[in-house]
Amino acid sequence: MSATTAPVAINTFREAVRDRVLYNLIFFALMMIGAAIIVGQISIGIERLVIINLGLSAISIFGLVMAVFIGVGLVSKEIEKRTLYSLLAKPIRRWEFLVGKYAGLLLTLVVNTSFMTIALAAALFYVGRPFVRSDSSILVAIYFILLELALVTALALFFSCFSSPTLSTLFTLGIYITGVFASDMRDVGELTGNPSLNAVTRVIYYLVPNFHNFNAIAAAGHGESIPLSLVGQNTLYAVLYVTLLLLAASAVFSKRNLK
Amino acid sequence: MIMTAMGTPAIEILGLTKDYSVGFWRKRARRSLDNLTLQVQEREVFGFLGPNGAGKTTTLKLLMGLIFPTAGTARIRGKSIDDVRMHREIGYLPEQPYFYDYLTARELLDYYARFSGYSAVERGERVERFLERVGLAAAGNVQLRKFSKGMLQRAGIAQAILHDPQVIFLDEPMSGLDPVGRREVRDIILDLKKQGRTVFFSTHILSDAEMLCDRVGVLAGGKLQGVGTPSEIVSVEVHAMEILFEPRDNRALPTALAGRATHMGGRYRVEVPETELYGALDSLRSTDARILSVSPVRPTLEDYFLRLVGGAQEKSRGVEVMSR
Repeated sequence: MSATTAPVAINTFREAVRDRVLYNLIFFALMMIGAAIIVGQISIGIERLVIINLGLSAISIFGLVMAVFIGVGLVSKEIEKRTLYSLLAKPIRRWEFLVGKYAGLLLTLVVNTSFMTIALAAALFYVGRPFVRSDSSILVAIYFILLELALVTALALFFSCFSSPTLSTLFTLGIYITGVFASDMRDVGELTGNPSLNAVTRVIYYLVPNFHNFNAIAAAGHGESIPLSLVGQNTLYAVLYVTLLLLAASAVFSKRNLK
Repeated sequence: MIMTAMGTPAIEILGLTKDYSVGFWRKRARRSLDNLTLQVQEREVFGFLGPNGAGKTTTLKLLMGLIFPTAGTARIRGKSIDDVRMHREIGYLPEQPYFYDYLTARELLDYYARFSGYSAVERGERVERFLERVGLAAAGNVQLRKFSKGMLQRAGIAQAILHDPQVIFLDEPMSGLDPVGRREVRDIILDLKKQGRTVFFSTHILSDAEMLCDRVGVLAGGKLQGVGTPSEIVSVEVHAMEILFEPRDNRALPTALAGRATHMGGRYRVEVPETELYGALDSLRSTDARILSVSPVRPTLEDYFLRLVGGAQEKSRGVEVMSR
């Protein structure tokens, strides 16, 4: 990271910490403790499945909420509060500012997810199950969640470069939900046999990020191994998509008048 | 020490124009700045005067690259305003500055110092020096959300000059400051001038401009109305003579002055044309009045300003140019 983006990233992370964003960890920890105690008593034999499913789903949802709601304010808040004015008078390019903000939120999400992973591991340990080799799929599932969050953050940042936080939230969530169901929509389009509908659903499938591919929660819950090829494919997909979104965000933001 | 080539102005603005789009369905262009051409030399303190909405902040935002011109261009120390390297040589205090309120003043200055490439030791030393300079040394560890408006203004000035820029742009630097704070800011500006820096500041406090500026420019309705030294603008003519007097033993005022004099706590003030001064003094002497002072009434910068603005403002503020 360059000498100009790193300070912006660190400051973004510091803002999240000082705004008590990481307090959600307390809620997550309490939830995992509660779940471990209750599940241990009522679901004999399937503690692993329940705890992993609950834990990974919560990691995904908590991260998603953070990525969307902090992401849409990354740029708009700086413009609205005019903190950007004195910053852009320094020798920093607008795209460097954007990359710094993005990296800062990503760092926040990584730290948040890491603590949640520790809490999940502690809950699994509490229900008395020794860790086995197939548990590596839990870590892969968490890695996929992080890739998904990286994509959602880039989407939120892109929209926040030209629209209000409310609209950016709607756009980001809209694309996220469409992306989760994109492959199902494509299948429906193919099944109807209607060429127009089929064409539309295929365009949507290729246009929006396919979030369905990042969901490995069920596989992790059942201890199934996740192929390395999928890890590589998802990583490449996320990196490419994030790069494109950041380039588009930079192009839009570089031309924007900060009134 | 200043290192620019001989004769290169510190700030060179050529035909800078800015239109904003207004309207929801039918977009129209509203001209905020109209063909501004101006040069500010190295080491000059230049005051940019104008009422609210005159285009002062628009000009500064254009120079800082926060907004983009509709037409025209500008160079600072020979570098285009599009060139990010130009920003190494400038400092900027925005109007009514607002900073990251979760940071302390010390953290804020350290953050901004990072963009100038200083080492941690240099940053620490600079931050302390500039906190001291703007009178915030004792509040260095206080979060900015607890700062008053005046303290924020000081923090803003500190971040603008922290990296020893050659050209400093200050948008309404005295705004929100108490008399002591204003005096401190004036001292900082004079200090910067002594160090050979160029200072370009916008203000509507005319006494500050008169006191500090080598030259001033007056902007109204987006157009530059005049540029000159404060004395060039002020001492054009003597409007009238002001006489301050006390009548003796409640005697009646001379008939010629009775209708024009203003009573102020036992004293009277009257303005007479310069040609009538001696006649007025003779008539006062005839009533044995005590003459306290006689002074010329010159147009102040404020008069000049109001005269220009009064005519131009309503006509040209927010001139709507051709529909797009």
